[in-house]
Amino acid sequence: MSTTADAFHLRPHEAHDAHAADHKPGFFTRWFMSTNHKDIGTLYLIFAIIAGVIGGAISGIMRWELMEPGIQVLNRAWPIGAGTANFDEWTHHWNVLITAHGLIMVFFTVMPAMMGGFGNWFVPLMIGAPDMAFPRMNNISFWLLVPSFLLLLGSTFVSGGTGLGTGTGWTIYAPLSTSGSAGPSTDMVIFSLHLAGASSILGAINFITTIFNMRAPGMTLHKMPLFVWSVLVTAFLLLLALPVLAGAITMLLTDRNFGTAFFDASQGGNVVLFQHLFWFFGHPEVYIMILPGFGMVSQIVATFSRKPVFGYLGMAYAMVAIGVIGFIVWAHHMFTTGMSVDEKMYFTAATMIIAVPTGVKIFSWIATMWGGSITFETPMLWAIGFIFLFTVGGVTGVVLANGGVDNYMHDTYYVVAHFHYVLSLGAIFAIFGGFYYWFPKMSGRMYNELLGKLHFFIMFIGVNMVFFPMHFLGLDGMPRRIPDYTPAFAEWNKVATIGYMVTITGVAIFFVNLFWSLAAGKKAPDNPWGEGATTLEWTLSSPPPFHQFSTLPRID
Amino acid sequence: MAGEQMRLIGWAIALAAAGLTPAAAAQAPAASPTPVAAAATPPAGTAQDATKPDAAQPATVVPGSVGHMIPTAGVGEPDGRKGIQLQVTPIGEEAASFHNNWLLPLCAIISVIVLGLLLFAMVRYRRGANPTPSRNSHNTMIEVIWTLVPVLILVGIAIPSIRLLRHQYTPPPADLTVKVTGHQWYWSYELPDYGVSFDSYMLKEASDPTRQKNQRARTDADGPPLLAVDERLVIPQGKVVKFIITADDVIHSFAVPAFWIKQDANPGQLHETWAKVDRPGVYFGQCSELCGARHGFMPIAVEVRPQAEFAQWIASKGGHMPGATPPAPDSTAISPVSGAAAGTAPTTGNAGGNATPAPAAAGTSTGTPTPAPQNKNVANRTSGKA
Repeated sequence: MSTTADAFHLRPHEAHDAHAADHKPGFFTRWFMSTNHKDIGTLYLIFAIIAGVIGGAISGIMRWELMEPGIQVLNRAWPIGAGTANFDEWTHHWNVLITAHGLIMVFFTVMPAMMGGFGNWFVPLMIGAPDMAFPRMNNISFWLLVPSFLLLLGSTFVSGGTGLGTGTGWTIYAPLSTSGSAGPSTDMVIFSLHLAGASSILGAINFITTIFNMRAPGMTLHKMPLFVWSVLVTAFLLLLALPVLAGAITMLLTDRNFGTAFFDASQGGNVVLFQHLFWFFGHPEVYIMILPGFGMVSQIVATFSRKPVFGYLGMAYAMVAIGVIGFIVWAHHMFTTGMSVDEKMYFTAATMIIAVPTGVKIFSWIATMWGGSITFETPMLWAIGFIFLFTVGGVTGVVLANGGVDNYMHDTYYVVAHFHYVLSLGAIFAIFGGFYYWFPKMSGRMYNELLGKLHFFIMFIGVNMVFFPMHFLGLDGMPRRIPDYTPAFAEWNKVATIGYMVTITGVAIFFVNLFWSLAAGKKAPDNPWGEGATTLEWTLSSPPPFHQFSTLPRID
Repeated sequence: MAGEQMRLIGWAIALAAAGLTPAAAAQAPAASPTPVAAAATPPAGTAQDATKPDAAQPATVVPGSVGHMIPTAGVGEPDGRKGIQLQVTPIGEEAASFHNNWLLPLCAIISVIVLGLLLFAMVRYRRGANPTPSRNSHNTMIEVIWTLVPVLILVGIAIPSIRLLRHQYTPPPADLTVKVTGHQWYWSYELPDYGVSFDSYMLKEASDPTRQKNQRARTDADGPPLLAVDERLVIPQGKVVKFIITADDVIHSFAVPAFWIKQDANPGQLHETWAKVDRPGVYFGQCSELCGARHGFMPIAVEVRPQAEFAQWIASKGGHMPGATPPAPDSTAISPVSGAAAGTAPTTGNAGGNATPAPAAAGTSTGTPTPAPQNKNVANRTSGKA
C-alpha cells in the first residue's frame, strides 16, 4: 500500500460547502472570546510575531553592546531593565537582557508560533476536523499567554536585587534566583512561567484529544500528515515536561518567599537538584521547539518536490524516538556540575543516540527531494536552508554530547553557536518556511515571491554571519553571558554584530512583504502549490470557511 | 516588602560607603576567611610580609617575579585563533586531539556530505531537468543503511570519548591540594597544607573610573584586560594539583581552558578536579556560570612555576612548605572528599572556615622552603595524624 497522508484521494464536493459556515461573529466576540481554531491560531501568530520583535530587539541591544570591547551601550537609559546608576546596574542590565531574550524566544515566540499558531490552524484542517476538541480551552490557552507575557515584561520594571529586572538567565538556577535575586522581579518571572506552562499544558491536552479522536473517517494514525505527527509528539512532550518545570519553579517560589530550603545548601537543600528538575523539562523543551519544525519541513519538501515523503513511517517514528530519548538525556546540560563518571558516561552515550533518528530525518528529506521535480518557491528555500543549517547545529551537538569534551565547551560561545544553529537557524527557519507555505491559505492572498526570496537570502547570510563566528569565539574560550570581553575576542564579535544588521534587514523585508501582501497581494487559489500539495487544507478555499468540514471528508 | 526595601537601601548604603568597587569588597570579606591568615601570620619568622600585596603597595610588583610572570602571547589566553587554545595538561592534549582529529573532521565531512547531496538534488532534480517526479517513497535497504552507519560512527566516537572520561576521572595521586572558593565576584584560593590563603580580584584598567586609588591598575605584564588578576594562583610545574572547588553564595564555575578543566563551584558542595601542567606559564580563565552582575569580571589566573619558585611564592605568602616543620593537628583537612562524588560542607557559611587552622601552622613555620613530598597526598597525611 503506497498511500500515506500525503497521497490520499479526496472527494472534493465534501471538502467545502458553506454559506452558513461563513457567518462570523462581531469583532470583539470573534477575537477576544474566540473558540475558532483558525482565529485562535491567528491570534497566536500575531502574538508570536510581536514577542519575536521584542526578543529580536533585545538581541540587537546585546549585539550592539558586544560589537566592541568595553561597556558602551548598557550605561544608557533603556526601557527594559532601565537603570544606569552604577557599574553593577549596567552589568545586571545585561543579565536582564539575556534572561528576557531567552524566555521570550522560547516561551513567547517559538512555542506560540509553532504549536499555538500553525498547530491550531492546520492540525484540524489536516485531519479533516471541524475544530479543536476543546474550543473554549483553546481560547484560555491563548489568553493565559497574554498575562504571562505581561508579567515577564513587567518584571523588568521592578527590583530584581542588584537592579531592575531579573538577571538569572532563562535557566533561573538557584541560588542566583533565590537568595541571589531579592525583590519582586523574579517572583513575577516565576508566575509568568507558571502561566505559560499552564497555557501549554492545556494546549497539549487539546491537541492530543483532537488528534486521537477527531480524525476524519479513514485517516488512520499512519495516514496522518507528518506535521500532525510532529504536533502529537510535541504535545506529549509538553504534557510530560511542563509539570516538572511547574514543580521546580514552585519550589523556587517557596524557597524565595516561604522559608523552604529545597535549593539552599545551608539548610539541607541542594543547588544541583534545581538543575536536574529544570533540565528534565529543559531538554524536552528544545525538542518541543524543533519537532513541529520537522513536521513543517516535511510537508514543504514533499510539496515542492512533488513527491510523497520518503520513508513516511521512519519519519514519524523517528520523531517519536527523538521525543522518548529526549527525556533521558537531560544531564548533558550539566556536565560541569560535578557528576560521577558513570553518570557522565551514560549521558554521553544516551545523548549521542539522538543523532540516529535525527540523521534518519535529514536523509529522508534529501531522499524526498531525490527523483523529485523540484521548484524553489520561498517556502522550499527556507526548508532547504533549514536542512543544511540544522545539520550544522546537529554535528556540533554531537561534539557537545561528549562529557569529556564538554569540560572545555560548556558555557562558552560554542554552545551559543550550537543552540542558535538548531533554534534560530532551525526553528525560526522552519517557522518562516511554514509561514510562507501557509500564508496564501491563511490570508487568501499570495505573498510577493521576489521579496520572499530576498528575505530568505539576506537572512541566510545574516544569521550565518552572526552565529558561525561564535564557534570560533567558543573554541577560543569566550564564556557565555558576559557583557564585555578581552580584546582577543573583538574581531569575531564585530562580524557577528554586522551579521545582526544584515539579519534585521532581512526581517524588515519580511514585514514589508507581510503588510504589502495582506493589503494588495494577489488573490490566492485554493491550492497555489500544485500537485505536490496533497494534504487536506489545500482542498479548502483560501482562506478556509469560518467553519469547515461540516461534512467530514473521507480518506480512502 | 518594607523590610525588603530597607534591606536593599541598607545594601546600597553599605556599598556606597564601601566605594562601590570590588576592592572595597576585598576588605570587607577580610572579616571572614582571610583575616585569620592576616592576623596570625606576622609572627611567621622569616616569612615575608604575608599581607595582601595588592591594595596598599602597588609599587612592589616586579614583573616577572614569582606570581607576576609575564604571559606569553597566545599561550593560556585567547588570541583570536579559530580553534582550541594550546593545551598544557595530558588530559587537555588528549581531549584536544580527540576534538581536532576526530570530531571536527567528522563535523566537516557530515556537513559537506549533506550540503553536497542537497545541492546535487537541487540541480539534478529541479523541475527543468526532471519534469516528471518519481513516486518512489520507500527503500528499506537504504533506510537501514542510513540508520546503521550513524550508529557505527557514534560507537566510533563513543570509544575515545569514554576513554577520555575515564582518564579525567582517574587522576594520579595528588601532590598538592588547592581549595578554590567562588564568591560574588572574586575567587579565593587556599593551599591548606602550605598555610596559604588569599583572594584574587580582577585588575581594572588605569582608565576605569570605578577603580579606587589604592587599587593597582592592570599592566600588560599582568595579562589581557578582564583576565588579569591581582593575586594569581601559583602551582608547581609537573605536579598533580587537586582542586577542591566550592562557592559561598551562588553557583560559579572554575574554568581554565588551557588545562581543559571546568568545574562548577556549588555552594554547599565540594567538587574536585585536577591538572598536571608541565609547561611554566600563565593560564587565564573566567567564571563560567552566570553568577550575577559581575559574572564577566571575576577571571582566574593560574601561574605555573618550577618547584623552587613555587616554594618562594609560598614563602612570600607567609606559608610554609610541608615537611619544613610538622604541621599542627589539622582536623579540617578536606581530604575525606575523594573521587568525584560531591562531599558536603556543613553549611555554605562555613565554606571558608576551613582556613582557620592553617595559619596556626604557619605560625610555627621556619619559613625555610623545602620540596614537597612527591606523590603524596599531604592532606591525607595530616588528617591521618590528627
